[in-house]
Amino acid sequence: MNVAVVRFPGSNCDDDAFHVVGRVMGQPVRFAWHKESSLGAADAVVLPGGFSYGDYLRAGAMAANSPIMGAVKEFAEKGGPVLAICNGYQIACEAGLLDGALTRNASLHFECRDVHLAVEGKPTPFTRAIPAGRVLRIPIAHAEGRFVHPNIEQLEKEGRVVFRYVDSAGGTNDAANPNGSMANIAGTCNARGNVVGLMPHPERAAELILGSDDGKMLFASLIGETGRRV
Amino acid sequence: MKAKVYVTLKEGVLDPQGQAVARALGRLGFSEVQDARIGKYIEVQLADDVKDVEGHLKQMCEKLLANTVIEEYRYEIVK
Repeated sequence: MNVAVVRFPGSNCDDDAFHVVGRVMGQPVRFAWHKESSLGAADAVVLPGGFSYGDYLRAGAMAANSPIMGAVKEFAEKGGPVLAICNGYQIACEAGLLDGALTRNASLHFECRDVHLAVEGKPTPFTRAIPAGRVLRIPIAHAEGRFVHPNIEQLEKEGRVVFRYVDSAGGTNDAANPNGSMANIAGTCNARGNVVGLMPHPERAAELILGSDDGKMLFASLIGETGRRV
Repeated sequence: MKAKVYVTLKEGVLDPQGQAVARALGRLGFSEVQDARIGKYIEVQLADDVKDVEGHLKQMCEKLLANTVIEEYRYEIVK
């Protein structure tokens, strides 16, 4: 599976994503520079974390309008799998690939720690292979991750809440919510399910030496999906 | 000409920065402060001969300057 990792000025998890796809998962991977207008022969796209364009104006706002995003939108419209991580999630929301917005953490702090995630909602290319009821332990590192959406009920009804902050036992409560997100939402998908965004960093938890390899399951799900489209 | 663009959070969207500022004003002795909301002010310098400047400004706000999921905007044109 050919994976393109989009690199914006200010991306800083691009190498991590590249490493996980290429070395850990053994898949062909390339960087796509933000000024490129084509993704090439990509079967999946990763929008990585970081501080694209220095978070000027709003996190993700500038990157959402960069040349490569036209190609990413076209790819997503055809059903191509897109994984948007942290700043990538902010970019995907700003670009209209996903609904909602990521706003300043309620704590006003940059939250950098492990969280627990419940995996829910409709099957997606990145969660299909994750066993039901499995709670993932994956780190977060963000200041703008409070998910806001004008119609949470609709999002829930359509099964588009994919990841939720929970405690280690899987319970949803305020203490498990690191940023004040509505309904403890950590990640969502589009109506079709092929675009998935989340604030936590699965690429930082894809090898046991890093303390957890739960994040690897997202990439393993994707690879199990080779050649199939949602 | 110049456009003055004001971008503010929609009513109901939590503004933790504004809350912190309101609390700080209270600590400074301004006991009358009940709430504060933080927004952005953007000055856009424009060529004088733009046709449909209002339409263009609206598009600028919708496409980039504001995120209409959480923010609203208004603008003034200064000749």
